Amino acid sequence: MSLSDAFKELTSRPARTVSGVGERVGDMPRVARWSLIALFVVSLYLMPWWPEVPLLGWLVDTPGTSFEGVITDKVVIYVLVALGLNVVVGLAGLLDLGYVGFYAVGAYTLGVLSSQHANLPWLLCVPIAVAVSMISGVVLGTPTLRLRGDYLAIVTLGFGEIIRISANNADWLGGSRGISKIAKPPNIGPLKFGILDAKPYFFLGLTIIIVVVFFLRRLEHSRVGRAWNAVREDEDAAELMGVNTFKFKLWAFAIGAAIGGLAGTLYAGKVRFINPSNFPLQLSILFLAAVVLGGTGNMWGAILGGAVVAWMPERFRNFADKRVFVFGVALVLVMVFRPQGLIPRKIRKERWLANWKPPQRTPQFGETGTGRG
Amino acid sequence: MADSLLSVDNLTMQFGGVTALSEVTFDIARGEILGLIGPNGAGKTTCFNVITGVYAATHGTVTFDGKPLAGLKRFQITKRGIARTFQNIRLFPDMTAIENVMVGADANHKTSVGGALIGSPRHHREEREGRDMAMELLTFMGIADRAGEAARNLPYGYQRRLEIARALATNPRLLCLDEPAAGFTPAEKQELMELIRRIRAQGYTVLLIEHDVSLVMGVTDRIVVLDFGKIIANGSPAEVRDNPDVIAAYLGVPDDAA
Repeated sequence: MSLSDAFKELTSRPARTVSGVGERVGDMPRVARWSLIALFVVSLYLMPWWPEVPLLGWLVDTPGTSFEGVITDKVVIYVLVALGLNVVVGLAGLLDLGYVGFYAVGAYTLGVLSSQHANLPWLLCVPIAVAVSMISGVVLGTPTLRLRGDYLAIVTLGFGEIIRISANNADWLGGSRGISKIAKPPNIGPLKFGILDAKPYFFLGLTIIIVVVFFLRRLEHSRVGRAWNAVREDEDAAELMGVNTFKFKLWAFAIGAAIGGLAGTLYAGKVRFINPSNFPLQLSILFLAAVVLGGTGNMWGAILGGAVVAWMPERFRNFADKRVFVFGVALVLVMVFRPQGLIPRKIRKERWLANWKPPQRTPQFGETGTGRG
Repeated sequence: MADSLLSVDNLTMQFGGVTALSEVTFDIARGEILGLIGPNGAGKTTCFNVITGVYAATHGTVTFDGKPLAGLKRFQITKRGIARTFQNIRLFPDMTAIENVMVGADANHKTSVGGALIGSPRHHREEREGRDMAMELLTFMGIADRAGEAARNLPYGYQRRLEIARALATNPRLLCLDEPAAGFTPAEKQELMELIRRIRAQGYTVLLIEHDVSLVMGVTDRIVVLDFGKIIANGSPAEVRDNPDVIAAYLGVPDDAA
C-alpha cells in the first residue's frame, strides 16, 4: 500500500453523521447561538489569563515556560498553519509534506523586506509576504499538481527542503546566520508590540485566525468547497462532472500557501530573528500531525489539532528529555481511539432542506432539456 | 446523417497490442435513444471512455454538435454537453445526495474563489439555483426523500439513480448511461427504463450501454452492436434481433455452421 493510500484510508473513513457540538449550536435559535459564539470568542481573547482560573489553570498551565509565551509563539502560529494545511490536505485531499516551505517563504519575505534589504514597515510587508507565498504555491503547484498521491507528497517534501537549504546557502538571505531585527507590528492604541508583553501578539494572531476562519467558511460553503470535496472523494469522477480539477487544486495550493506564509510573517514578526534551522522538515510533519490529529477536513478539528500539538510538549515539560516521548504516546493514543481525529469531518447537514419548497417558476430542468436538445 | 448530435468516425483504440476498438463508426441523432450492446469485453465502456475524453483515441475522431472533441480536457467535454454515469458507481461518498447533484450543476456555474470570498450576488444566485435544480432532479428520479443523506449511506438503487441525477445536473445534450440497470431486479429495470423514456421526453439524447438485450430492445430507437471492438450490427431493435451475426456473438456459432 502506498503512503498516500494509507493516509487516505486512515483519514477518510466514513464521515460521521452523529450530531456534534457544532450541529447542536447550529440548531439553536439565532439569539442563543450568537450569544454562545460571542461568549466563546471572548473567552478565547482572555486566554492569557486562563492559568489564573482554578482547575482550568492547573490543566493548561505550562510548567517552566510562560503560558502567555506558549500561546503567542506556538499555539496561534500552529493553529493558523493547520487551518491553511487543512485546505490542502483535508478539503482537496492533496498530501503536502513540505508545507513548512510556504511558512518559511512568508517569514523570509518579511525578513528581507523589513530588515535585510529594505526597511519597509510591517504593515506593508505582510501583504507582500502573503502574495509571495501564494505565488510560490502556484509556482510549485503548476507543474506538480499533475502528479497524484505519493508522487505529489514526495515533490512537496522536496520543496520544503529546497527552500530551507537554499536559504542556508544564499548570502542575500543571510545564509546560516539568518536575518535579525525583523520589523514588528505597529502599536495599535494601548497594544504595544514589544518584548515585555506577549499579549498584543496573541490578540493580533487570534484576530487573524478569526478572519481566516470567516473566509474559509465562505469558501467551504460554496462551489469552490464542493469542488475540493469532489476532488478529494473521486478526482476522475469530479473531472467528468465538469470540475476543472487542476484549477481548483491549484487554488487550494495557493490559498494554503498564503495562509502558511501569513503564519510565517506572524512568527517572524514576533521572534524578530529567523534562520534556516527554524524551518526543518520535522516542522512539516508536525503541521501535518496537527491536521490529522485534529480531524482531517474539519476546520474546527484543524484548529484544535494545531493548538494541541503546539501546547502539549510544553505542558509535559516536567518530563524533561522524555517529553517528546510522552507527546508521541499521547498522539498514538488519540489516533488509536479517534482515528479520524479529535473532531472528525462531518457529513454536511442540509438545514435548508426542511423548509425547501419548489420554486414558483418552472426551473431549468424541463426548459433547458427541450431547449438544448 | 444530417442531424446527428454525435458522430463517431473510424474510431480505433489500442492498448499496447490489444485493440479494444477497431474502426468503429456510428452516429447518434438528436433526441434518440441509442443502445450500445455487446458481449463482455466487446469495447462498450472503452467507447464511452473515448467519447468522454478519458482515453485519447489511437485513430479516428469524435464530433459533437459539429465540432471535434479531440484535444479537449474531460471537464471541457462535460461542459460542451456530454454527461455520463459509471458502470461501477462513482459518487462522492461522503457528500450528501444534494451536494453530489450540485457538483454536477456547478458545471454551468461561474463563481470562483473571489465571488465566494466576498459572497457575491452571483454566488448566492447560483447556490439557490443549484439547490432548486438538485431538488428538482432528485424529485424527478424519485429519490428526494433522502436528499440530505451521505451518498454512501443510500441504498444501491438510490445510488444508481443519484448518478443519473448528477449527470443530468450538468445540463447535458447527450446523456451516456453505462449499464444503469446493473444489479437491478427485473421490476426495477422496467422502472428505470420508464425513467429513461421520460428523460428523453424532456428533450435529451441518450446513449445507453446495457447488457440485458430484451431490456434494451424495449427502450431504444436504434441499436449498435459491438463484438471484439468491431461493429457487427447497426439498426432498429427488430433488425438487430434477427441479425445472424448478433445471434452468433451472443450465443456462439454451432460447430457445423462454422
